[in-house]
Amino acid sequence: MAYPSDLKYTKDHEWLRLSGDTAEIGITDYAQQQLGDVVFVELPEIGRTVGAGEPFGSIESVKAVSELFAPLSGEVVEVNPVLRDHPDSVNKDPHSTWIVKIRASNSSEATSLLDTQAYERLIG
Amino acid sequence: MSDAIADLRKTALNARHRASNARMVAYAGWDMPVEYSGITAEHLAVRTRAGVFDVSHMGQIEIAGKDALAAVQRISSNDASRLKTGQIHYSGLLTPEGTYVDDMLVMRMAPSHFMLVVNAGNAAKDYAWVAEQIKPAGEAAAVDTSSRYALIAIQGPAAGEVLRPLTGVELDDLKYYWFANGEVANARATIARTGYTGEDGFEIFVAPNMADRVWQALLDAGRQADVIPCGLGARDTLRLEAAMRLYGNDIDESTTVLEADLGWTVGWKKTGFIGEDRLREQKEKGVERKLIGFEMVDRGIGRHGYPVVAGDKRIGVVTSGTQTPFLKKAIGMAYVPAELSAPGTDLTIDVRGRSSAARVVSLPFYKRT
Repeated sequence: MAYPSDLKYTKDHEWLRLSGDTAEIGITDYAQQQLGDVVFVELPEIGRTVGAGEPFGSIESVKAVSELFAPLSGEVVEVNPVLRDHPDSVNKDPHSTWIVKIRASNSSEATSLLDTQAYERLIG
Repeated sequence: MSDAIADLRKTALNARHRASNARMVAYAGWDMPVEYSGITAEHLAVRTRAGVFDVSHMGQIEIAGKDALAAVQRISSNDASRLKTGQIHYSGLLTPEGTYVDDMLVMRMAPSHFMLVVNAGNAAKDYAWVAEQIKPAGEAAAVDTSSRYALIAIQGPAAGEVLRPLTGVELDDLKYYWFANGEVANARATIARTGYTGEDGFEIFVAPNMADRVWQALLDAGRQADVIPCGLGARDTLRLEAAMRLYGNDIDESTTVLEADLGWTVGWKKTGFIGEDRLREQKEKGVERKLIGFEMVDRGIGRHGYPVVAGDKRIGVVTSGTQTPFLKKAIGMAYVPAELSAPGTDLTIDVRGRSSAARVVSLPFYKRT
């Protein structure tokens, strides 16, 4: 699967799509492959403030649990309602299935994230 | 990474798994497929049709000689005198404390010849233990014959119809926990009606150089029925639904047979087996803790190692837990104080810092109809 060039990526295998000061956050195709079948996504409460690098939720597959980390600081403004009943959307369409939307308090933090090329190098 | 793979042991089907793009993991020192098409798809295939597994990493120890029965009776918790030739039972290889060196299947190959099928990660330890502990039993020798066998399992309601055209063995006459010698796809084979999935199925012992032929024959014969290759991931979720214990998770050298609620694997009518005194004492006095099944009430999954708590106090531990693909529930097993072991009892599990409600349920979670 291709890694879209309009996304930024983290070393924790999350992606971020920034429009204005709001960022959609999801996990990459690589991450979902490593996890296997996702059965449960633990979502944060709307309104919660998170700092860059802080855990904000978790994603569970049949065999493992993995924490989700905020790629940038801000406030959780939306969680994806689809994931409650269809957590496997993350497997089927990882780069379109956002998990949370965060209103960034300092969107310049995004400049330190990886671009497509750098992320593809990371996962080799 | 490549060094690590080089150090791992490979089954006779390793090239087949890698060529088929199975996802491989290191398991008990072996390079094994954890999933082919996905744990959920594989799990459902076994519950509704059939799946084929490479379980060649399992170890085999054969005990033969004039006093082989006495030797097995000494080291095994179950009563091997009740096995007829061709019959199999589940048993424990125990320490003097009544805890598990390993769990195993005992197959009676001939009146004075037995084969133990043991866990991959314990095989070397088991062999050393068995070889030493059978000495007082008289004239019997133990041999580690693991390298002589590849082991392929076909599990699921369609297993019989897939295997039938490939063998002359009368599968309809082969009862659950019996085996027969014959052939599969023209390879000499021992076919056991056993498994680790809670479904009907067969485990097929063949020479390693015949493994690929048998594997392919099963998949070819199963193509019409949409039988698929499966990995260790689905094996784990399937066995958990069936409440079969996993060594290293649910049982180990710190858990007794009775704590694991496997008293039915003890031959209470025999005497002189390792661990007997402790187990008789526990049977009389009762156990302080017991392995139970639970379902999550709150959302979330109680996983291996998560504490069972009462307020601030840790009172037990989850040994296995997952979201099961077939029952579509978060289930698991845990050791809890005996007074909290009755089905219906409310439990609290610490799921990564969050107190989550769970409830004791009777085992197994899944029983085939």
